[in-house]
Amino acid sequence: MTRISVSVDGATYTDDVEPRTLLVHYLREQLGKTGTVVGCDTSNCGACTVHLDGRSVKSCNVLAVQADGHDVTTIEGLAQGGELHPMQKAFHECHALQCGYCTPGMIMQSIDVLNDNPHPSEQEIREGLEGNLCRCTGYHNIVRAVQQAASSTGAQA
Amino acid sequence: MTVTDDRPTTEVGTARLRKEDQRLITGRTKWTDNIQLTGMLHMAMVRSPFAHAKITAIDTSAAAAAPNVMAVYTGADLGEGQGVLINAWPITPDQKAPTHLPMPSERVAFAGEIVACVVARSAAAARDAAELVDVDYEELPAALELKDALSDRVLAHPDLGTNKSAYWVFDSKEAGTGGDVEEAIAKARTDGVVIEREFRQNRLIPAFMEPRSVVVDPTGEQNVMWSATQVPHIVRFALAATTGVPESKIRVIAPDVGGGFGGKLQVTPEEWIVWSVARTLGKPVKYTETRSESLVAAHHGRDQWQKLTMAAEKDGTLTGFKVELTADLGAYVAVVGGGVPVLGAFMFNSIYKFSSYHFACQTVFTNKTWTDAYRGAGRPEATFGIERMMDELAAELDMEPLELRRKNWISSDEFPFTTVCGMEYDSGNYEAATDEATASFGYDELRAEQKRRRDAGDPVQLGIGISTFTEMCGLAPSRVLGSLNYGAGGWEAASVRMLATGKVEVVTGASAHGQGHETAFSQIVADQLGVPFEDVEILHGDTQISHKGMDTYGSRSLVVGGEALVKASEKVIAKAKPVAAHLLEASVDDIEFSAGRFGVRGTDQGLSIQEIALAVFAAHNLPDGMEPTLDADAVYDPVNFSFPHGTHLCAVEVDTETGAIKMRKYTCVDDIGTVINPLIVEGQVHGGLVQGIAQALWEDAVYDDAGTLVSGSFVDYTLPTAADTISYDVHHRSTPSLTNTLGTKGVGEAGTIASTPAVVNAVIDAIRHLGVDDIVMPCTPERVWKAIRSAGANQAAPTVGAAQPHFDESETENGAAL
Repeated sequence: MTRISVSVDGATYTDDVEPRTLLVHYLREQLGKTGTVVGCDTSNCGACTVHLDGRSVKSCNVLAVQADGHDVTTIEGLAQGGELHPMQKAFHECHALQCGYCTPGMIMQSIDVLNDNPHPSEQEIREGLEGNLCRCTGYHNIVRAVQQAASSTGAQA
Repeated sequence: MTVTDDRPTTEVGTARLRKEDQRLITGRTKWTDNIQLTGMLHMAMVRSPFAHAKITAIDTSAAAAAPNVMAVYTGADLGEGQGVLINAWPITPDQKAPTHLPMPSERVAFAGEIVACVVARSAAAARDAAELVDVDYEELPAALELKDALSDRVLAHPDLGTNKSAYWVFDSKEAGTGGDVEEAIAKARTDGVVIEREFRQNRLIPAFMEPRSVVVDPTGEQNVMWSATQVPHIVRFALAATTGVPESKIRVIAPDVGGGFGGKLQVTPEEWIVWSVARTLGKPVKYTETRSESLVAAHHGRDQWQKLTMAAEKDGTLTGFKVELTADLGAYVAVVGGGVPVLGAFMFNSIYKFSSYHFACQTVFTNKTWTDAYRGAGRPEATFGIERMMDELAAELDMEPLELRRKNWISSDEFPFTTVCGMEYDSGNYEAATDEATASFGYDELRAEQKRRRDAGDPVQLGIGISTFTEMCGLAPSRVLGSLNYGAGGWEAASVRMLATGKVEVVTGASAHGQGHETAFSQIVADQLGVPFEDVEILHGDTQISHKGMDTYGSRSLVVGGEALVKASEKVIAKAKPVAAHLLEASVDDIEFSAGRFGVRGTDQGLSIQEIALAVFAAHNLPDGMEPTLDADAVYDPVNFSFPHGTHLCAVEVDTETGAIKMRKYTCVDDIGTVINPLIVEGQVHGGLVQGIAQALWEDAVYDDAGTLVSGSFVDYTLPTAADTISYDVHHRSTPSLTNTLGTKGVGEAGTIASTPAVVNAVIDAIRHLGVDDIVMPCTPERVWKAIRSAGANQAAPTVGAAQPHFDESETENGAAL
């Protein structure tokens, strides 16, 4: 067991973890952050995407011990003071989700795309989201949501 | 939106943002895998690596001794208590089917079948210990390739003596719904045109984003199962029927479910094993599959060969269509199983006026993953078959393919129209949908560009694909299901409960997993009762709350379930009316109900339905003898299917030097009847389109010679990404269905059903002049290139995994390179 101390969605957690524990399993099983989900076992789907020190990572691809001393933001920590993040709002308003399983990861990645490039073209958005799979929406409305968030606010994390 | 319905609309037709979203965009979700119960144990499965093998020995001692392992079970340990997995639709009386045990003890019939399970205090401990289970197999020859399996050279189940399960036939002459197809073909051979083709329906994996998960809590009087399923009611029935536990002791809950597309319309070995083990141990047990397990063990879809013969006169008038299908069941007959191709039996004739028709389907066992419903289920296969053949006939006759369709489709003044299959199409307007689609698509301009490129010998050729389709939705009239030997009815249930505070609880037997029922159903009930949208709460997916239902599949939830809501609401209003009369001291005959208010005709007196609900709750002053409740239940059994239709147009660029395909434009105009929520409708179409396009271009479940699923992860089973796809030009029309009061037709499967042939037709259209008349799906660049190089010889070669293009950065530089 290894002791780690991680800030997640603004709270600090100190835990003993097996060194092999993936960040996503630590978040879900030890912290109860079940908003972040697992969709595959080959890091293709991106459903588990969170922010590590403000940059998107697939949390199935990060060991919990690698997050020691770092800041993690999950979908559950995005809304501030009861206000949805503009990207959450845009997903809602553009009907960019159906079953919602890919949505937490898709929203976290979309924010990262705009952080990198506040005014992306449609194709840049599509390429920026290539690591996140959605089976319901055909991506059409997800792209629209990112466009809306880009035009309304620019990038925010 | 083209509104041809003059019904006054309020909520219905409004693009309401979804009620479901708030919890989904903030991570406050209840997926089955999120559930944690005190004392809960975790299960891991041991799966066969062999497609077909005898189990000669299983040594579980090392696994049982591993840290934190509570128990290890083999099929022999579970014995009869594990129950059996049922097929609800034996399509013929003599259908052959092997017994499908959740965990067999003697022989495995596909790679991925469960042979043992480990239960431990954590998921990780269970998985570690599963590696320690030592299974000895004696490999048996495996029946793998579908056509080869048909020969019975190698048997998937030696005891059955054959791989042939059932042979199902519909013949228009025998049924009295049309002429003799053999006569039509013979005549066309002498003085008309006969087109004969064989098409392959590639094997697909539904690949819902949420892996399947199941939790069983046997503590307490009720045995509770949470499952990531589309069909909690069917699971409950099947558990009761096969495990001996009374139905009244079983509660099945489908909490938030992350997609299904037919893939969660199943009764699964995993559910049955967890059920059995949890009850044996007396402890809650959870099992969540990995994606690799999901791809190899959750049922697959499609996988057919279609031998098609089309007869026509020289002027293009269709006279006969003969369909001979061979369908791969995989290793077992799944819950719908052989019924899937039969769902296409009445659709190959599509929107056209054939005078004779013959459909025959042979279902076949192989030692592969079982197959069952995948979005469209039978109808995409039918639409692909007919729409590819229409293009082939047009090419043979040198006719514009839209003209050929126009010449043969049912014109708008011919409805209701009884087809050569005996189906009565209630309504439709193929001309209007096609006109709107061609205008929005820029059909003539694209045809002109195609000609320019062809004349110039451009290495990048343009192709235009057409798919004018219909489908049968609203599964299904129970009598029809009975005549087809299906094991259950096709009704749907609803309850409307008027709460004292004026809120309305609505219970539906449909079970959503992304469809937006909470929003759309609220809109329907808000209109019916005249209450605010926000005050309606939709409850579903729990057999203790929604005790009666037939669940969600086959574009049925709105068309059947929505109609049940209307019937229940009407009963509430009927109950409230005498109360209103009593309280207003008026005659019942003088009470009018409108927009949520019971008024006395000719006066300004009235009471809202919420006021009546409160009065009934108090029950202080009700008409004599009245039961103090407004709540009402309804069960609606549809009288007919509904028949949405549409025109889909696709333009692709094909690079004749590399075989690369780039989608330029995709336009569709779907006539889906009354639209409850246009936002949800568009979303359904977008997602459906991409699934259908993916069958045409990317997805393929590939097995190697040993029967191992090669495309067993998302690295190799290539779901399209945002970078592979484009934005779509989506329109809808609303010719109301005449078979239900809302006028709805269903939209969940439309995009998938229509798009696959549109794409393949476009690809072929781009290179037909080079001598190509077919490319096996998925149309990978390799296959397209080979087709061009071999000047039209059909390409049946298997896909080379490495040729899948879309993770290659260079492919995506120029837009949506496919």
